[in-house]
Amino acid sequence: MQKFLFDINRDRDVQRQFHADLPELLGRYALSEEERRAVETRDIGLLYVLGANGQLLMHYAAFLGMPWADYIAAMRNGISKHGPVRAGVYAMTTRLDEKVADV
Amino acid sequence: MSLVFAGVCSHAPGITGRTHMADRAVTDEFYGAFRGMADDLAAAKPDALIVVAAEHFANFFMNNMPAFAMGTAESYEGPIEDPRWLGIAHTTIPGNASLSLRLACEMMQTVDLAYAEEWKFDHGIMVPLSFLTPRYDLPVIPMNINCQGPPLTPLHRAWALGEALRRAADLVPERIAVVGTGGISHWPATPDSGKINEPWDREFLRRWQINDRPALLSYTDEATYREAGQGGYEIRTFISIAAAAQGRGRLRYYRPIPIFAVGCTVATMSIGD
Repeated sequence: MQKFLFDINRDRDVQRQFHADLPELLGRYALSEEERRAVETRDIGLLYVLGANGQLLMHYAAFLGMPWADYIAAMRNGISKHGPVRAGVYAMTTRLDEKVADV
Repeated sequence: MSLVFAGVCSHAPGITGRTHMADRAVTDEFYGAFRGMADDLAAAKPDALIVVAAEHFANFFMNNMPAFAMGTAESYEGPIEDPRWLGIAHTTIPGNASLSLRLACEMMQTVDLAYAEEWKFDHGIMVPLSFLTPRYDLPVIPMNINCQGPPLTPLHRAWALGEALRRAADLVPERIAVVGTGGISHWPATPDSGKINEPWDREFLRRWQINDRPALLSYTDEATYREAGQGGYEIRTFISIAAAAQGRGRLRYYRPIPIFAVGCTVATMSIGD
């Protein structure tokens, strides 16, 4: 999952393939069923909970064209729906109803 | 010739990407401080600018993560991010391969430096450059300290990197400027984005300004994570600049701007003997 996000964030050929043939692109990576579903449904919240590196995920959300407030909300919704972040150092420490920077 | 300029600044993507969501009076003052730093940089007449950054898995990933890296290319491109999202157009930035190699050779006498002839800049370098060299007409040499993927570069090694950089800069005929970029306390790329520990930041900046090496190196990653977030790991870049400049710092701007997700900082440091 991290490798997919790393590649798509910096490689324009991978970005083109994302739009042209997503199943083929995802076939190149060792993704769990849950990770694959999160990518296919553009579920930023689930990717966040699964432990996607925060910087990779932020750039990926920008690639998907998500406005800032929607991206922040998607991560909070992910926590609300799937529970705490499962891996990595990008855990949430604020409350679900806390709008830290007014978003 | 020597090191002729040293400074540190924030690099958060919101600084250029979310200007429209911030208070105009606040951003005017912050951007003004950034431009003041750019004026001082230009006045130092550097031949090249070394940017010591904390990049974010744009180039260096967990398949092969160096503690330190230096770019050795003739040119670089950036940003990797969506240009509309970052508020910075895609561009080519000149490098200086010959200078990179001469600096790297000397630095490797004391630090193990990875080097890369391919390097794409992310916001960690592009945001500062958009203020400091907005015409992208000064050759840039990127450096990276691993602040992203634990195990991280130890703080005392970041200091050693700065010392090596200074030694190398003083040996080449070119006039060298160096700028470290990063956050102090912040929790970027999480729902906490905008959380800032101002007292922690001010204490760090106090230590940085008086260049108190033991105090700067006394932070532990565990305490930094707890009190300053994973973004706090980026103090490594500021520490390397203190080691390189060996002078006293001047804080030109500090203010938490939550929508930019960081305590926005602009500071310069005198060049000590």
